[in-house]
This record gives sequence, structure tokens and C-alpha cells, in this order.
Amino acid sequence: MIRNGSGDWRRVSYLSDVGALTRKDLLLELRARDTLPAMLLFVAAVFVVFHFSLPAGSSRLAASGLLWVAIVFTALLALGRAFVPEREQRTLDALVLAPCDRSAIWLAKSLATLTFLAAAEIVALPLFELFFHGLRGSTVAGVALADLGICAVGTFVGATAVVTRARELLLPLLFLPLAIPLVIGGVGASVVHGPGRYLGFLGLYDLLFALLCWAAFEYVVVE
Amino acid sequence: MIAARGLGRRFGDKRVLRGVDLDVADGAFAVVTGPNGSGKTTLLRLVAGLALPSEGELHVDVTRERIGLLAHDPLVYRELTALENLELYGRLYHVPERRERIGMLLERFGLWEARHERVAAYSRGMTQRLALCRVLLHDPQLLILDEPYTALDAQGAELLDAQLAELRGERTFLVSTHDPQRVRRLATSELSL
Repeated sequence: MIRNGSGDWRRVSYLSDVGALTRKDLLLELRARDTLPAMLLFVAAVFVVFHFSLPAGSSRLAASGLLWVAIVFTALLALGRAFVPEREQRTLDALVLAPCDRSAIWLAKSLATLTFLAAAEIVALPLFELFFHGLRGSTVAGVALADLGICAVGTFVGATAVVTRARELLLPLLFLPLAIPLVIGGVGASVVHGPGRYLGFLGLYDLLFALLCWAAFEYVVVE
Repeated sequence: MIAARGLGRRFGDKRVLRGVDLDVADGAFAVVTGPNGSGKTTLLRLVAGLALPSEGELHVDVTRERIGLLAHDPLVYRELTALENLELYGRLYHVPERRERIGMLLERFGLWEARHERVAAYSRGMTQRLALCRVLLHDPQLLILDEPYTALDAQGAELLDAQLAELRGERTFLVSTHDPQRVRRLATSELSL
């Protein structure tokens, strides 16, 4: 470990904490396999339903909208499972008590959720192209940027909801309104000819909300 | 190390702890007793910093990296092995010579042979032993133990007795128990709720 100055050491220590916590979440999913398979099945099923429910000859614009509906609800599945091990085994107490910066818990959980979401999208996007033929480079860029915002905000909201009795209700109720700007930006980037403005908007959203969640997470997990 | 005056805690309308005064000096071994629902666990959570008091004052003169909490739940991941759990906590606490320390604790608590098994396959007693390894891993200054003998068999309880006796005087203890006889010989003070 690098120890040439307190700032460097803190940074390395923070990244080491995030690494250890992310590894734990990925390992838990590898063992339990109850998030990613569910996401894959869900997103595939949604595309099949959309494929048959969308009238023949519908525009590419409508299909783009459906892609974003599928992404947001697939992400919701992952977010709903994100804090399940901590809730069931009450390990959040141990993580909160550990001397690491509490925001490391949020960052690690966001990274793990981002990994699951990206893995689901690696299957989902080609499937979307197969069914609807509407995938553009700007759509993929929009999805990548929106994923960051979804995971940052969704993990924060998930941690808020997990300590409540009505967590299954609370997570979508809190998350979906906050995801509306991401859907607007994502759909915009998918359908307009100059998507730069929308991609910039998504980047700004990611930056702003990631900073807010990073700074406020401590107050969510500590009573 | 711990000073509380008129400490109280409510959950909504329900008051679970009321007017508790507590003084625990460095190196003391304080035992908290009381019937179910008397607020022992709540008091321990307040001291650990996992909850805030609704009333009164509480001063705990130790940083959170020097606290070791054995809670009612073992606070380990069931889908990870004992080794993976202790590796995780060892990394988070930046334990020096982590592997050696983990090996020593697993040996001491009789879990070395089962170190690669998932905790889900452990008996309740083995899980409690692992929880004790987790608590002792970072060599905490203040040990907060909530019913530490829960689920331990005779051998496990003897191991814990020996561990507590070894650390007594060097570390500060706050221990809640239904069985005060077990730790009375170690206790320097007793608080009945």
C-alpha cells in the first residue's frame, strides 16, 4: 500500500475498501445467482411482449421508448435485490461500524449493480436490435450514461428503502420519479439527429446525483 | 471510556430504555443484565453508535475502528466462507498481518478445518464462533458483546471464557447476558435494567 502522504494513503485505502466491498457483492451474486438470471429473463420477456404488442409498422420512435421502459424496470429488479444480503443477515450494522468511509458502501454497491445491469444489457441490446432494428450508437451511449445515474441514484434510494417495512413499495415510488430525467435524456439521445445535447444532459445528471448520493449516504445508513 | 446520564431511547411511542446511568472505565468489565425487552440490546447499540439516544447524554471515548461488536445476529454473510468473511472485515479494518491473524483466530475457535465452507452450512454454534473471530479480528479496545454465549456448546463457551479472561484488564468490556453467573467472576460492575 502506498503511504507517501496522508492524502495518498486515504485515497488508496478508500479504493481498497470499495474494491473489497464490490468483490463481496459480486461473489455473493456468483454464489446465490438470484439477481442476474432474473434480470436476463425479465428483459427478454419484456422484449417478446413488446414485440407482439406493438402494432406492425410502428415507428422506430415507439420502439426506442419501449427500450427505456425495459431498462428502467430491469434495473429496478437489481436495485430491489441490492441490499437483500445486508437486510437478511443484518450485516449493514457491521459495515456501518467498520472504519471505512460510509460512502464506500454506496460506491461498491453501485458498481456491483452497474456490473449486473451492464451484463443484462449485453444480452438485451442485441435482442432489441433483433426485434425492433432501432439500435444506434447514440442509443448505446445513452444507455451507458443512464446506467451510471440509475445505479448511483437507485443504490442510494435502495439503502433508504431497505430499513423500512414497506421497502418493496418504497423503492419504485422513490426511484421512478428520480429516473424520469434519465428516461427523457435516454429517449432524446436515441431519437434525435444531434444527440450531443441529451448525452450531455445525462452526463450532468450522473455527475450531480453521484456527488449528492456520495455526500449524503452517511446520513442514510446512520440513524 | 463510557459515560451515560439519563440515557433513554424511544421507538415511536414505545420507550425501550429510560433513565440509564452508566460509567465504564478503561479496562473495566461491565455486565448488563435484565429480562427480555428491558433494553439491553438497545443500550449496546447506542454505545456502539448504531443508534442515537432519544434523551440523555452518552459519551464513548473510543473511535469506531476500536470497537468490536458482537450483536444478536452474527453479522457475517451466509453465502461466503468463513475465510472470505474474515478477509472482507480484515480489509475494511486494515488489519496488519491479516492472513496470520485470521488463521490464528480460526485455529483458536476451532474453525480452521471448516474455513472454506460457506457459513450457510455452519451450525448456529459455529456461526457464533465465527462471529467472535470477526469481533476480535481487529483487536478492538472496547468489546461490546450481546449475549456472547448464545448457541455455544460447552467447548465453545470454555474457549470464550478463556478469551475473555485473557483480555480482561487489557480491554474494556460491556457484556449483556441472561446468565450473569457465567461472567460474574470477571465483572467489575453490573448494571441491571
